[in-house]
Amino acid sequence: MHWSLIIYCGIITFLTRFSMVVLPKKDTFGKKTKIVLSYVPSAIFPAIIFPLIFLDNAGNVDLESNPKILAAIVAVIIGYFSRNIIITIFSGLISYWAMIFLFGF
Amino acid sequence: MKKSKIFFKGISDVSPLMIPVVPFGIIFGAIGMDLGLSPYMTLGMSIIVFGGASQIVLLQLFSGGASSLVILSSVGAVNSRHLLYGAVLSEHLSSLKLIWKIILTYVMVDQAYAVSNDYFKKNKKNTNKHYHLLATGFTCWTIWQISTLIGIFLGSIIPEELGLTFAIPITFLALLINDFKKLNNVIVMIISGSIATFGYQVIPFKAYIIVSALSALLVALFLTNINEDKK
Repeated sequence: MHWSLIIYCGIITFLTRFSMVVLPKKDTFGKKTKIVLSYVPSAIFPAIIFPLIFLDNAGNVDLESNPKILAAIVAVIIGYFSRNIIITIFSGLISYWAMIFLFGF
Repeated sequence: MKKSKIFFKGISDVSPLMIPVVPFGIIFGAIGMDLGLSPYMTLGMSIIVFGGASQIVLLQLFSGGASSLVILSSVGAVNSRHLLYGAVLSEHLSSLKLIWKIILTYVMVDQAYAVSNDYFKKNKKNTNKHYHLLATGFTCWTIWQISTLIGIFLGSIIPEELGLTFAIPITFLALLINDFKKLNNVIVMIISGSIATFGYQVIPFKAYIIVSALSALLVALFLTNINEDKK
């Protein structure tokens, strides 16, 4: 990793936050654009989540010997009902560790 | 209201939202160590980038061997939600000096935006209201740096068998829980995740994150159009 890459990422992150504040036009976005932008987390995070859960180290889909899938399902269910970020994270991690260490997945 | 009073109001308003930030920061610090980055670089990333999702995407793609261009465009995509924050907050910040705008947008993270936007709406006429965003932003900033440091320290002692990298998908999953009950969001999530999973080896240059995200956003646009037609 180069510092330059970190700095570029910092600049991009800053510019996305800064640009709209200094742009002179007031109603830059229409209502529809705002709605679509509100979908950004739902559109991006799963692209990070799914491969890390379903793929093995070689990049192949692994549905059988894969404790991550079950742990993620537990976290989804707990998250759905609790609506609590911390409880969701810990339920996923603990069920993952339980499957590895207690049940020898 | 006095500046200091607004500032402290900001700190107390944003504090409850800091609870999930702590484990996220610790996980980031620990994974940075896990991937062999130096402590300086890991903390440097938290200071220079200051965005949890961007930093994790940067680490994730870098360790997967993605090119700089793919990493930068993916980080840009992750950050595109901030365009909305800026557009919404601009009316409240328009009278400020440039240096204020620079400082405030540097710390304009999700939690600070959510809480301060709420405050701005209720206190439109207060000329010192930006001290609220200053407080919420720098509270987030301070907590993020401290938890990154804790993660850097823990990362060097946590055994590898724990499989800490599994904390990445779980943390992102936890950030989506409020959208689990919205059907349109769930559709967008499944489409994005499926394209990323099956396209992981097919889509060149490790561009799977940006390709799946853009495809899923097109679906979101389509769903938004359908909803409008119904009205």
